[in-house]
Amino acid sequence: MFTNIGEFLPFILGGLTTTVQAFLFGAVLAYSIAIVAGLMRTSKLAVVRIVATIFVELFRGTSLLVQMFFFAFVFPALTPFTPSLFLAGGLALGFNYGAYASEVVRGAVLSVPEGQKEAAISLNMSKVQRMRFVILPQAIRIMLPGIGNNSIELLKGTSLVYFISLADMTYRADILRGANTALSSQIEIYTYLLFTYFVLALPLIFLTRWLEKRASKGVSTA
Amino acid sequence: MSWDWEFAFEVFPDIVGAIGVTIGATVVAYLISLVLGLVFTLLRRSSFKPLSLLMAGVIEFIRTTPPLVQLFFVYYAFPMSPFTTGAVVLGVHYATYVSEVYRSGIEAVPTSQWEASKALNFSKAQTWQKVILPQAIPPVIPMLGNYLIVLFKETPLLAGIFVTEMLQVARIIGADTYRFLEPIAIVGFLFLVLSYPSALFIRYLEKRSGKLHGSAEKGVKT
Amino acid sequence: MTEEVVDNEIKESENENENIVVSYKDVKKAFGDTVVLNDLSLNVAQGEKVALIGPSGSGKTTIIRMLMTLEQPTEGTIEVDGEMLWHKEVNGELLPADEKHMRKVRGKIGMVFQQYNLFPHMTIMRNCTTAPVNVLGISKDEAKTRAQEMLDKVGLGDKVDNYPSQLSGGQQQRVAIARSLVMQPKVMLFDEVTAALDPELVGEVLEVLKDIAAEGDTTMMLITHEMEFARDVADRVLFLDNGKIAEHGPPSEVIENPQTERLQAFLGRFNNS
Repeated sequence: MFTNIGEFLPFILGGLTTTVQAFLFGAVLAYSIAIVAGLMRTSKLAVVRIVATIFVELFRGTSLLVQMFFFAFVFPALTPFTPSLFLAGGLALGFNYGAYASEVVRGAVLSVPEGQKEAAISLNMSKVQRMRFVILPQAIRIMLPGIGNNSIELLKGTSLVYFISLADMTYRADILRGANTALSSQIEIYTYLLFTYFVLALPLIFLTRWLEKRASKGVSTA
Repeated sequence: MSWDWEFAFEVFPDIVGAIGVTIGATVVAYLISLVLGLVFTLLRRSSFKPLSLLMAGVIEFIRTTPPLVQLFFVYYAFPMSPFTTGAVVLGVHYATYVSEVYRSGIEAVPTSQWEASKALNFSKAQTWQKVILPQAIPPVIPMLGNYLIVLFKETPLLAGIFVTEMLQVARIIGADTYRFLEPIAIVGFLFLVLSYPSALFIRYLEKRSGKLHGSAEKGVKT
Repeated sequence: MTEEVVDNEIKESENENENIVVSYKDVKKAFGDTVVLNDLSLNVAQGEKVALIGPSGSGKTTIIRMLMTLEQPTEGTIEVDGEMLWHKEVNGELLPADEKHMRKVRGKIGMVFQQYNLFPHMTIMRNCTTAPVNVLGISKDEAKTRAQEMLDKVGLGDKVDNYPSQLSGGQQQRVAIARSLVMQPKVMLFDEVTAALDPELVGEVLEVLKDIAAEGDTTMMLITHEMEFARDVADRVLFLDNGKIAEHGPPSEVIENPQTERLQAFLGRFNNS
């Protein structure tokens, strides 16, 4: 057992680029959406709040995998626009994790004390200035650990692109398993795959820990 | 392609028929995660350092690697039915999350409770059983409830190991008829209809218990 | 009924021949069914120091928070320098003011809070320069010079690179005062600025306030429970009770010689302690 590492591991790592690309695409989309939707949910205007809430609940309430199938197989049938499989997977990852992360953003913005906003008003800052100079810099510090955790979930979630036949690491491992049917080989393949994902997650884990420590230190309570 | 009501009505019973499998897998996995999560928490708190460190590592590994890959690993390594494999893997995966919930509950119990138990000469087991856990668990029940919903939304992954839950049925229909729109939409709809009211109920519970804790939190702030 | 109304109104004659900066006209504030302020009419003259005293819930905080646009009046108008703060007159009709109009008018007002409300993520210098640079549009260098001057004035010129959490409560409050001064407001509002401080730190903050008052040209409205301070600094004292001005006049009358039983009882609490 575990004698085929020289053959199996490089084959699995052939999907590393796809996995990382899906992760990066999903992350950029997710956190852009999270900021926009999260801020919309703290808006004074009911319409803005409701639109954002519907979006968030829709993508949190249905499953990631269902959404991925939707973007990959239903979307092209419904619209004249046919996303590539990569785009379909990336959109599902971005929308789904963005919806979750928007809750983190909203919570962080709401946790900045009301007195900060009042002080900014007393200095005659505009709404945009209040957000930019006073609320967001404090909220970001509070939200970063949550975003860090969310990114670990996102990395795990990229494995679902296997279902829409994107050749990520999980998909490559499946091909490998099809060609090596001995029980010991199958265990070996998935062991390497699990450890590869773990190694990829490690920087995110340490980053999140560090952010948690920093957030618990540098924030005022006033 | 546009929406075909006739087709939708035709396939609806097939998909709903699989709801039993989806809910069954959810419930079994949830029970496993509740029990195993507590075991994880207690082992993690063991005063025997190597054990608690090992436990911390195992928890971190399971928590940060994709459940889909874990499903494949167990499915191809152990001779278990797809359903059993799915329930066990999801149960173990989410036990790592549930154990975090227990931990936060236990850490919220004031140290004076431990000291009082010592003063009353309770054994360690008695202290856990009669003093700590009865105080630690009720406040975290809403958070535990949350994971029931999270697990429910993870069950489509079981399609990967050919469990005939709702999404797998929709996929089979889609592959047979080349119509994915209605089956996927129906699955999404069913997930939303089941998970959203549950989520609202959990949030209601959270708000209620949050109010009870409100005064204590205020004291800690400033 | 008529008596109450007369009681509540401060006769124009009091401010005769003076420049009026702030003018409340028939202002009412209610939260739902609870009326916290009723039929308030009040003029404050340029350079005047007005102390607001009264039990909690009497409406004094609401008066200054409405002037800072932190709370919206339910009825009535507030004018600053002859311009309405919450309203805009369009074709003879009063319409709610938009953000742009409100910002223009409230630029003349500054406020210091009970809880200091310094920005924890900024150094003391940046606390004092962010608004001048971005709101007033002055250069960074000029803002720094002004901020340094004001921080020197409150005795904290050497703390520019510190963060708020590194300062004591009294020091933080003095920074908050300097931060507000850098904006050069015509009217400064002080909402119980010593109430959150440890007793030994109250003095340093009151000293700073006295210095600002002594310079004369800034109009000040102060909510305070420091009666001695109010007597020394204020030109006029208003005693608020149940959402109304129950007594008003120079400190020599209101504090030294209270007329109503309510005020006597209120002041009695301070004399004992």
